[in-house]
Amino acid sequence: MEEINALLHGFSVALTPQNVMLMFLGITLGVIIGVLPGLGGANGVAILLPLTFSMSPTSAIIMLSCIYWGALFGGAITSVLFNIPGEPWSVATTFDGYPMAQQGRAGEALTGAFTSSFVGALVAVLMFTFLAPLVASFALQFGPPEFFSVYLLTFCSFVGTGKGNPFKIVAAMMLGFAMAAVGIDIVTGQLRLTFGFTELLSGFHFLVAVIGLFGVGEILLSMEEGLSFSGHTAKINPKIVLETWKKLPRYWATSIRSCIIGCWMGIIPGGATPASFMSYGVARKVSKDGHKFGTGQLEGVVAPETAAHAAGTSALLPMITLGIPGSPTAAVLLGGLLIWGLQPGPLLFVEQKDFVWGLIASMYLGNIAGLIVVLTMVPLFAAILRVPFPIIAPVIVVICAIGAFTVKNNMLDVWLMIVFGVVGYLFKKLDYPLAPMVLALVLGDSAESAFRQSMLISQGDMGVFFSNWLVGSLTGLALIALFWPLISATLGRLRLAARRS
Amino acid sequence: MRSVPVDLVVAAIIFFLGALVVWESHQLGSSWGSDGPQAGYFPFYIGSFICVCCIVVFVQALMQLKSDRKVFVTAGQLKKVMVILLPSTAYVLGIQLIGIYVPSALFIGLFMRFVGKYGWLRSAVVGGAVSIISFVLFEIWFKIPLPKGPLERLFGF
Repeated sequence: MEEINALLHGFSVALTPQNVMLMFLGITLGVIIGVLPGLGGANGVAILLPLTFSMSPTSAIIMLSCIYWGALFGGAITSVLFNIPGEPWSVATTFDGYPMAQQGRAGEALTGAFTSSFVGALVAVLMFTFLAPLVASFALQFGPPEFFSVYLLTFCSFVGTGKGNPFKIVAAMMLGFAMAAVGIDIVTGQLRLTFGFTELLSGFHFLVAVIGLFGVGEILLSMEEGLSFSGHTAKINPKIVLETWKKLPRYWATSIRSCIIGCWMGIIPGGATPASFMSYGVARKVSKDGHKFGTGQLEGVVAPETAAHAAGTSALLPMITLGIPGSPTAAVLLGGLLIWGLQPGPLLFVEQKDFVWGLIASMYLGNIAGLIVVLTMVPLFAAILRVPFPIIAPVIVVICAIGAFTVKNNMLDVWLMIVFGVVGYLFKKLDYPLAPMVLALVLGDSAESAFRQSMLISQGDMGVFFSNWLVGSLTGLALIALFWPLISATLGRLRLAARRS
Repeated sequence: MRSVPVDLVVAAIIFFLGALVVWESHQLGSSWGSDGPQAGYFPFYIGSFICVCCIVVFVQALMQLKSDRKVFVTAGQLKKVMVILLPSTAYVLGIQLIGIYVPSALFIGLFMRFVGKYGWLRSAVVGGAVSIISFVLFEIWFKIPLPKGPLERLFGF
């Protein structure tokens, strides 16, 4: 019951006219960001972060998290109408969403996508409301070794759930850690990896990296593909919405499954993208219409959208309770909290009750606002997409440059943005994943200090990471995740051998 | 351009960066000092991991050098990428020299004119509008100063 009271208090914090206005502004900006190529959730929030420095932290997080919900909603619009996923997590939505648009059922597909996004988010927020305080109070007992093992688990999960070459995943991740180490060492005060450049004294700022890697890199990729938008028009009127809503309850089983997959993949840092693919795959296997998937099945839109939105929402749970973000966008939000002077982690629930419960309340309200905005304004957003690329591309570069500059009012960052853009382009093409790199850059310092403190406690003995059942099982899980590609390959070979004999 | 040679080059570059991290960490002291781990203790391992992973990636790519014919980027695609990358770099240089607002307007306007083949008038209007809107938004509304040059000084900013 304590949670309900706290939540009601949160609603009173979030429901001021100013905050509600920021909510709608955030959602609208978010959908635009989600719709435009080259502007995604992570770098959209990164670019807009400096604008919030003068707001109160609660208003700021409400607006920024609403941008995030908006981007999650927006990805579906381009997938269905243009067969171009606006965001990586809406790739799976194109499989059935675009065929539906080709058959003139774009309105139905969009209503289905938005509604299931909403359902996914709602379930994840409900879980968040009741699980987050528990996780936080549990995590209050964590010492440095426990925190380091959670970091370890986070990063090893990237190897375990990633589809690419595990060595490239680890290389990208370690590169992020190396970049995080640049600058003044927080413990000894020594300069590290600056090679005599005073500009590197304060290190690489992850916001600049995010803007370059995801923003400029994405523009380079879009240019290469020679994007030309030719899409279907969508008419959404109350009649279509109601008719689709009548059909949706039929897919309750798919919805529940997708919610579970999404929440799980969001908490462990798999993220929204793998969650949407996994959910689509499972739905195709289990559904009795599975063989028709890919030809324009509403169920094929419901499954990935529910999971993506549930994962995107629950990625905030480890971010708020442990200070460990589950996705690049959550990492950017975490960076925002640090800038506003809030230390994410279990203590946040004790010391900043207004902030935490205001945020949770805004998750409920933001998603309702989001559903209203997207259902009523689809034609407008589709019109934005028809703005030709030769106009959009330089405008986005300009926005990115402004964003990179405002991080520290430093010209070097704008140059770094271009460098990161080229790196992002190369890495995308060569299958080096960007998400673990960004997360490592954000968490590098905290992970390192947790590691050093643990080493101090144990006087250099690695055994400290197995010293009690909690830290031992976390480290054990991390190691399983790290070697999962090897384990699953061996299991597969064993199974094959067993079948042969 | 084929994909595998690019893979080899990138792996070699990252290996070099990793080796740099290892070397620098060693210089700082990567072992156990009188009061605990030294500054290079953690980065030393990070650098080592980078090196090991890149060697593996390099060898993997080397083994595919003959067999894998996947194309990294065609000449036409590379040209398209350069069409945005080179002007963007020039734009950043422009920001460095004369502030952000004039280069923004020029960048958007010229890009529309020469890449998008729009008329001069429309290009100038869009470029100018984006610049003026961002000026009002940042300098006046949010009071966030962006780089300014001679033109802005002329108007007293």
